[in-house]
Amino acid sequence: MAKQKHSAAEALAAVKSGDVILVGGFGLVGAPLTLIDELTRKDVNGLTIVSNNLGESGKGLGILLNQNKIKKGIGSYFTSNRDVGDKYQRGEIELELLPQGTLSESIRAGGAGLGGYYTTTGVGTDLAKGKEEREIDGVRYILEKAIRADVALIRAHKADTLGNLVYYKTARNFNPLMATAAKTVIAEVDEIVEPGELDPEAVITPHLYVDAIIKAQQVLTKEGVVSR
Amino acid sequence: MTTQISKHDIQHMIAKRVAKELKGPLTVNLGIGIPTLVAAYMEDDSIYLHTENGLLGVTDVEEPDVDPNLVNAGKLPVGEAVGASFFNSSDSFAMIRGGHVDVAILGALQVDETGVIANWAVPGKNIMGVGGAMDLLVGAKKVIVTMSHTAKDGKSKLLKECTYPITSTRSVDLIVTELAVFEVTDGKLRLAELMPGASIEDVREKTEAEFIEQ
Repeated sequence: MAKQKHSAAEALAAVKSGDVILVGGFGLVGAPLTLIDELTRKDVNGLTIVSNNLGESGKGLGILLNQNKIKKGIGSYFTSNRDVGDKYQRGEIELELLPQGTLSESIRAGGAGLGGYYTTTGVGTDLAKGKEEREIDGVRYILEKAIRADVALIRAHKADTLGNLVYYKTARNFNPLMATAAKTVIAEVDEIVEPGELDPEAVITPHLYVDAIIKAQQVLTKEGVVSR
Repeated sequence: MTTQISKHDIQHMIAKRVAKELKGPLTVNLGIGIPTLVAAYMEDDSIYLHTENGLLGVTDVEEPDVDPNLVNAGKLPVGEAVGASFFNSSDSFAMIRGGHVDVAILGALQVDETGVIANWAVPGKNIMGVGGAMDLLVGAKKVIVTMSHTAKDGKSKLLKECTYPITSTRSVDLIVTELAVFEVTDGKLRLAELMPGASIEDVREKTEAEFIEQ
């Protein structure tokens, strides 16, 4: 089937400089490590990366960061990679910090065609600065805008050749949301099976969201990231 | 008499005291740091642990069963309980923001005398992580804070007013340090209990915030 690509390079052909890219994962868990690795070899820059963290120092998205390919990062927890803070202090990267519930809900809203939504999270804090505030039934809320992107790079456990996806334990995290909110969605998986082999009741991401699938070559193990 | 207690012992003493506070059935979310130690002291098997990265039913895990794709909010390996479920990040935060989590246990950098906390940023330093803290403060039915009573420089972390950016305008419900347990009622701190080995003089000396003694 046309969705299955032979290499990460082929899958990433459409990615260009200046793109907004959603990248799944909670730290390295559930991060599309093969696609990220290929992105570090691709001649692109000025990227906006939407991801909970920007990898770890020198790992995952941390490599892309150190190559100065990231113009802006949008996430909830940059503390886990000290290089992000150093770059920010030197004025080499823009950052937008969002509460984790807002980050995930904004991506969900983007995928569902909403413009934004009101939330109580962040009201009265520094992260509410510049955001519209309104009262609904006596409760204060702030407006958070939906997030949409050019590309989503996600990690799932299994795909069928149509692009249906199932996930594995806490490696699911942001991936199913990101699959809904980008023009081009590329998934890397441990195993690709024939249609009919995945239980329809277990499919988390239906195939209409997915544009390309590759087999994962870089995987997270107890010993760290290894090539397979 | 001043006895020097190690950081490890302080953290475990606080965790043990918080565990006593939890009576099931409850859904409890544990933050990073001291809160993760609370699980080891819980004896009630009708307490279900929720972790923001998508698991209800967190348990401890022994080395041979460690799975790199099964972690808690602090990215440490965990196990899955009988009856556990996995879900995506927005479902996880819908549980939190929608008021479905009973108790959140969080660390804090500072607490003011109305129970408002600061725990996500230090001005001028590279702490740029908010994670799920703001979501838990608006959504959890009860919030318990665990922290050392004083900062590394010896200054009180219970202040008249937070000098770091606040996490929410909502007051927490209970604060447990190595010296004392404070309850927050009607926007005031009340000393509920002295921790083992602590004296009221210690607490007065190391607490800048006003509190009610009784």
